[in-house]
Amino acid sequence: MKLKKNIAISESGFIFNSERGDSFSANPIGQDILELLREGNEEPEIAKTLLEKYEIDAPTLEKDVYDFVKMLNQFNLLEE
Amino acid sequence: MKKNITIAVTGLNAIDSPGPGIPVIRALKESAHFNARIIGLSYENLEPGIYMHDLVDKTYQIPYPSTGYETLLSRLSYIHSKEKLDAIIPTFDAELFSFIKIGPRLRQMGIQSLLPTLEQFEERLKGKLNVFGEKYGIEVPKSATAYSLEEFQQRVHQFTYPLLVKGKFYEAYIAHSYEQAQSHFFKISAKWGTPVILQQFVKGQEVNVTALGDGKGQLVGAVPMRKTYITDTGKGWAGISIGDEELLEITERVVTNTRWGGGLELEMIKEDGTDILYLIEINPRFPAWVYLAVGCGQNHPEAVVRLAMGDKVPPFESYEIGKMFIRYSYDMICDLKEFEQISTAGEL
Repeated sequence: MKLKKNIAISESGFIFNSERGDSFSANPIGQDILELLREGNEEPEIAKTLLEKYEIDAPTLEKDVYDFVKMLNQFNLLEE
Repeated sequence: MKKNITIAVTGLNAIDSPGPGIPVIRALKESAHFNARIIGLSYENLEPGIYMHDLVDKTYQIPYPSTGYETLLSRLSYIHSKEKLDAIIPTFDAELFSFIKIGPRLRQMGIQSLLPTLEQFEERLKGKLNVFGEKYGIEVPKSATAYSLEEFQQRVHQFTYPLLVKGKFYEAYIAHSYEQAQSHFFKISAKWGTPVILQQFVKGQEVNVTALGDGKGQLVGAVPMRKTYITDTGKGWAGISIGDEELLEITERVVTNTRWGGGLELEMIKEDGTDILYLIEINPRFPAWVYLAVGCGQNHPEAVVRLAMGDKVPPFESYEIGKMFIRYSYDMICDLKEFEQISTAGEL
């Protein structure tokens, strides 16, 4: 899973898909996940990194990351 | 120093379903190459552009296309005798046939225009889009035309629902059943005449391109846009420029292969799931959102005038992605005297 190249993300968490014209807003945790995806990390690695940063149990975090990535895919933000 | 030229423009109906005239005029007024004196050409006396004196210097009423092109030519000759027109930009689908027909005689009079040829104009008609798609290798949704109720009844069964029922110039409705389709057929044929076009509905994201061809096979400019706010009547009230190479490639193919002359708008749908781009319509003139192209760095109306007047215009090489347009409505306060003037004298 990797973010499409044409996705721009601003510091405020505003996401713009320049190919489709779609825009979205992400909160700071969403931005972390997007950044980690951009760096080429897979879901387990993302969950592991976030677990070190946030106070949350592993199963909840893994589920949230999985749901978030699924949503990104539905919104056409990820490479096929 | 910029030269002074006089340009006539139609489509002053800046209403909820706007004509492209006012955005075209705005673009011309911002030209870096010429100072444009604008002569508005109107059909009805409440077209807002008639009263927008900061954009339109003078307006003349012209006869409806249904009165024939000789009547139009006669009226334009009169306007030319008063105003010394250098160029003309028609912006309505319904009037283009007449303007194409009288184009050579207007040129003899010294009025330049860059329009598609009659062949190009007819080749892209909604009812012939299937043939167009096949000829130029572009995906087009299955479609058929119906000139009568009998034809409609025969052809509608070749489609699955939802189905689009479209007028030959304007309006399109989605039908989810035979009854709805028939009701749309009656409504559209009563308003716009026949043929009525039946087109398979493609579920996906609608994208549009405003473009300009030089008539010799060169794409001069193209800016793709996605509507981000659509009114109840299906008009884009806001949109954003997008960067889609495939869209631009299809636009180039259409303009190059047809050797299109003048402005045009391609309406396409990117199908959900497959990402296949289907061409659903080619409008043979600038769209009402053409000013977005100016905002993105490509002044197409200025370029079309320069091309019409014989200037060499290099193709635009880039445009800004992520520029938005947001339309608004505005109440002008107008003097009854002006309404009286345009209503009685046919000019203001």
